[in-house]
Amino acid sequence: MIEIDHITKRYGETTVVDDVSMVIEPRTVTVIVGTSGSGKTTLLRMINRLVEPSSGTIRLDGIDNRSVPGHELRRSIGYAIQGNGLFPHRTVAQNIATVPALLGWDAARIKARVDELLALLQLDPAAFGPRYPHELSGGQQQRVGVARALAAEPNVLLMDEPFGALDPIIRTKAQEDLLAIQKRFGTTIILVTHDMEEAVHLGDRIAVMDAGKLVQYATPADILANPASDFVETLIGASDRPFKLLSLGTVGDAVEPGPAAGEGIRAGASQRDALAELLWSGRPAMPVTGENGAALGRVTVEGLVKRAARPQ
Amino acid sequence: MHRGARQGSRGRIAVVSIRFDKLGVVIALIACYGAFSAPFAIFRANRIVAGEPRSIIEALPQPLGAVLLAVLVAAGLIALFRTPLVARLGAAAVTLASLALLIGVAGSHLTPEGNTFARISPASGFWLLIFAFTLLLADVLTRLQLSPVGRVVVLGIGAAAIWLLLASGQWDSLSILKEYANRADSFWNEARRHVELALGSLFAATLVGLPLGILCHRVQALRDGVLNVLNIIQTIPSIALFGILIAPLGWVAANVPGASVLGIRGIGAAPAFVALFLYSLLPVVANTVVGLAGVPRAANDAARGMGMTGWQRLSGVEFPLAFPVILTGIRIVLVQNIGLATIAALIGGGGFGVFVFQGVGQTAMDLVLLGAVPTVALAFAAAIILDAVVETVATRKSTEVAAA
Repeated sequence: MIEIDHITKRYGETTVVDDVSMVIEPRTVTVIVGTSGSGKTTLLRMINRLVEPSSGTIRLDGIDNRSVPGHELRRSIGYAIQGNGLFPHRTVAQNIATVPALLGWDAARIKARVDELLALLQLDPAAFGPRYPHELSGGQQQRVGVARALAAEPNVLLMDEPFGALDPIIRTKAQEDLLAIQKRFGTTIILVTHDMEEAVHLGDRIAVMDAGKLVQYATPADILANPASDFVETLIGASDRPFKLLSLGTVGDAVEPGPAAGEGIRAGASQRDALAELLWSGRPAMPVTGENGAALGRVTVEGLVKRAARPQ
Repeated sequence: MHRGARQGSRGRIAVVSIRFDKLGVVIALIACYGAFSAPFAIFRANRIVAGEPRSIIEALPQPLGAVLLAVLVAAGLIALFRTPLVARLGAAAVTLASLALLIGVAGSHLTPEGNTFARISPASGFWLLIFAFTLLLADVLTRLQLSPVGRVVVLGIGAAAIWLLLASGQWDSLSILKEYANRADSFWNEARRHVELALGSLFAATLVGLPLGILCHRVQALRDGVLNVLNIIQTIPSIALFGILIAPLGWVAANVPGASVLGIRGIGAAPAFVALFLYSLLPVVANTVVGLAGVPRAANDAARGMGMTGWQRLSGVEFPLAFPVILTGIRIVLVQNIGLATIAALIGGGGFGVFVFQGVGQTAMDLVLLGAVPTVALAFAAAIILDAVVETVATRKSTEVAAA
């Protein structure tokens, strides 16, 4: 659990983060979203003390994060940033081994961990380990950046716009990978982004920041249904609000009894994808199949449209 | 317009069969002038009188003169047209080797039997030919895109060839080696002193300049001040700097116990060393600052975010990434110092400059060359070796990481 308690950061006259308090539950993904200059990155960097707060405290599992020297604290917290910050003069394997080496792991343990992470991120350890970062594509570099952040098995992973530099297709893939990793390790992830779409997709909870203040801290559904201010509403974007809402639920939750013709959709797909498919194929309904291929029922345009309406 | 285009295409068809090499035209022109119009060697009755020019045919016994002319014409033609690189390489190597061998032959041929006063020295034609075909060789080597190691090997072959010629006595009849024979002992002393001055001041400048550069990088306020002061020092002419240093160093020698025992005096090697050291600081400090500033921001931020201490970040990330740039600064300093160390002789600091200034004083150009040629050779070799090192380091620690 991470408790952020009345945190303020001032640079001279300017207040960058203004009295922010929030509690982040363990093993969840929390997304801090806001425009540039909203203080979201500064808030993130105060958790691992890359920035020291002017006032307030941050507690990790009940312990003040100022009770250990900054560099030791940071070794226990994963950190991944936009542009991944890989060391160009070190190989992929050496990059991933950075924190374990700082912690003094023995060589065999480091190698085992590096290979495990590379395999987990679908990079062949034998082929990619000895390469240098500039020999990799942007997506591969980003994956190595995530592997490096996870190398020392941190409980908490901080990510500052980790997907900002990726093209849309690779970004979607990277987001899925991140969610899979989060499920597997149970890591508490705090991710900063300016993209509300990404926030809704990834976050268990979303913290919206504006001008240094925490404007709203709630689940994605809650934020979509009840934006706390005009600013939050603008950030969501009124035009595709219903589609964002649909993207939060799975087809399985929207199944109705009854027959339907044509190609089916998996129960695990999002309701947004189902509606898009229905509209595109011009059908009023389509069959739903379970993971084992069994027919579960159907989804209808009518049913989905009802679900896309603002929750009362 | 239309007619012009047609003429252009017709012109191109005519050129296809014989194509000139752009640089080759220049080389061929220089070689032609050097071979046929300029003197190959100069004969002087003694070391300070005016000389009489000798052409290739006059300077060499027959048929060697004619053979050399034939070789030059053939090599000039190979350079002039677009020919395979191997042919050009062969032409350059054969020509340079022939010139090097035959200037020695000219020396013995022109010296009257038993005459120890006569001086034979290479003349403008010889130097022009050497220049032209070294240009050809350099061009070929560039086009071959040799690896750094390959370039050092070529340098080694060249040095070995020159050493062999010197050791064989082939050049002993030339004036510059007669000057050397008279000063063999002091030559090697001055050579050692020259290298000591150039390398020692470089070493001291690196020792001081690196930490100073790192400090300037970290402390913004210090940067402009330090770099400006070093810039000003760089603009002081060396002779003036020696003059400025005489007073304080003299005071140190007289008042600091033990200073004079260490060899610190107002004139001599100490002020030369200090001056070279001061000149060396700017390139070292400036390149350290530039190199560190060029370290990708994201890499630095990630290093901090992962829990590296300030020292670990400097030694593990910043310094290795800045190293190629810093090394470039050291290369500049070394080549600059090898040249500048010549001036040290003015204030009794020793080095190859001793021969240069003695030669100027005696109007004996051969003695000037005895100081100048080794200096140039040393600087040239240092540049090639350090360039190779810089390139090796830079490619290995490639900083062209995509910020993406």
